[in-house]
Amino acid sequence: MPENSEVDILRSPLGRARGLGSAHAGFHHWWIERVGAVALVPLTIWFIVALLRLVGAPHQAVIDWLRSPVSMVLMLLLIVTTFHHFSLGVQSVLDDYVHQPTMKLWSVLAIKAACVVLALLCIVSVLKIGL
Amino acid sequence: MKDVRDALMAARNSDGKLVRRPLSPHLQIYRWPITMATSILHRVTGCAVAVGTLLLTWWLVAAATSDQAFDTVQWFIGSPVGLFCLFGWTVTLVYHFFNGIRHLAWDVGLGFEKQEYVLSSWSVIIATVICSALIWVVGLIAW
Repeated sequence: MPENSEVDILRSPLGRARGLGSAHAGFHHWWIERVGAVALVPLTIWFIVALLRLVGAPHQAVIDWLRSPVSMVLMLLLIVTTFHHFSLGVQSVLDDYVHQPTMKLWSVLAIKAACVVLALLCIVSVLKIGL
Repeated sequence: MKDVRDALMAARNSDGKLVRRPLSPHLQIYRWPITMATSILHRVTGCAVAVGTLLLTWWLVAAATSDQAFDTVQWFIGSPVGLFCLFGWTVTLVYHFFNGIRHLAWDVGLGFEKQEYVLSSWSVIIATVICSALIWVVGLIAW
């Protein structure tokens, strides 16, 4: 760190050492969003191909597809990673654009709740079909 | 001075006269380079894909509920509004997918030269158009 760097003067040595930013969570949010993103690359390709093979298929074909352990596991992975990535991504958007603190808190909480509910609905549906 | 932040705008010029500092141009002043468009589109498409998960949830829940519920969701997806939603979801997902890969490349330090990021911006757009079209051609043939 150069001596004349004025920008960092207001940061305490502890704050710098712990590497925490304005979100008070260090780089964990950033890192875990990337881990999910990497996993979503193959999962998304698989999902699109699987859906294209199911276009116009009757209900029973969808059930048979989800009953295969491979489809079920990949589908569950896709659901968990997608909603996790969704919650982190939309939270970043809200953190950036919602300035009023109460609104920011409530909107982030609402998004987190929505993600959990939607993810559970998808997971339970897949398990109900597949098990 | 109405706001303490205004204090940051006060300065003296070389003649020692008290002046208000000029403000640097804001977003709407700049000509939009392609990189600015692809950057904000990543967020817009991310949010759109997030909304699209409602359709995925409906589809899975219906598939787990009954033949009738499944027929209803299939009817919706086949309707003009449903097809529009599905098309929008395809395009935004494909864009977010390709641009996301570009972001991952940046994360490991690749593609920061000006020529590289302009080229990758256009590549993402072209890949999105081709891939979305391909998915829909295959989908419509199978339908």
